[in-house]
Amino acid sequence: MAESYGVVSRRIRLDYTYTTGAASTRFLKGILQKKLLGQRCPECRKVYVPPRGSCPTCGVATRDEVEVKDTGTVTTFCIVNIPFPGMAVKPPFAAASVLLDGADIAIFHLLQEVPVEDVRMGLRVQAVWVPDAELEPTLESIRYFKPTGEPDAPYDTYKDHL
Amino acid sequence: MSQSPNTSPQPEALTAPHVLEYPYTRSTGEVIGRFFAALKERRILGIRARDGRVLVPPQEYDPDTAEGLDEWVEVGQSGTVTSWTWIEHPRPKHPLQRPFAFALIRLDGADTAMLHVVDAGDPSCMSTGLRVRSNWRDDPQGDITDIISFAPEAS
Repeated sequence: MAESYGVVSRRIRLDYTYTTGAASTRFLKGILQKKLLGQRCPECRKVYVPPRGSCPTCGVATRDEVEVKDTGTVTTFCIVNIPFPGMAVKPPFAAASVLLDGADIAIFHLLQEVPVEDVRMGLRVQAVWVPDAELEPTLESIRYFKPTGEPDAPYDTYKDHL
Repeated sequence: MSQSPNTSPQPEALTAPHVLEYPYTRSTGEVIGRFFAALKERRILGIRARDGRVLVPPQEYDPDTAEGLDEWVEVGQSGTVTSWTWIEHPRPKHPLQRPFAFALIRLDGADTAMLHVVDAGDPSCMSTGLRVRSNWRDDPQGDITDIISFAPEAS
């Protein structure tokens, strides 16, 4: 009775068309000019990047646009060691939360041009953009972040953003 | 504070495709595998539950007692529609590309209804209680789609 009954393929596929809202549209179009545009909450004054049109803690609309710098501080990070199919970067590599100067919330991005063992909280980094001709409305227009060479940011400057 | 000079007018939205896909390949095992193997022979098999009910499609474990099931019963090629939904505008992944009904069909000899499609042509031809019979493809592969559809028995 130990017959082999074979296999079946069942592809579960969901085809979405994603449409950006007002805040995301502004953000992504800003990237085309190498600008990182956030929004500030009128109540708590926090600057959110990427902006979502509303403050997640206060629940109010955020309309004030604030440009943040493309330099920042690594608040937390993960060293990826395990490869998977379709992976763009060869492991090991560091994926980091980068608190951009001027922002109150970190963005996720890739770190390069730094040995993974040297990646640390407080590391000062700057964006490395794609060539101007390759700019697209996506965070992938920043290829990665690399160390600036500055002294590490003091813990106090990012401890509330962990 | 009045309106900030940085506030912007409503921009034109961007769109991008986003595909979320799980390309699973699964082993079928004894029960589903045997059900599929029978489909390749244009036969439809059910399995008897502990309480005597014939379950179609077959289940590996009794839905009430959870014990393993292994008493096979062949059921008929015709059955009765117990419920249906008309699809006026089929989507690309639907089994038929002309308007059709998804239906629960209780095949003759079965105590449960099986989901499939009824190629009735028009929703006015559909009804709960409608008698339908199977319509097989010429080259069955051992999958539920070997039954292309069910058709009203009167047609």
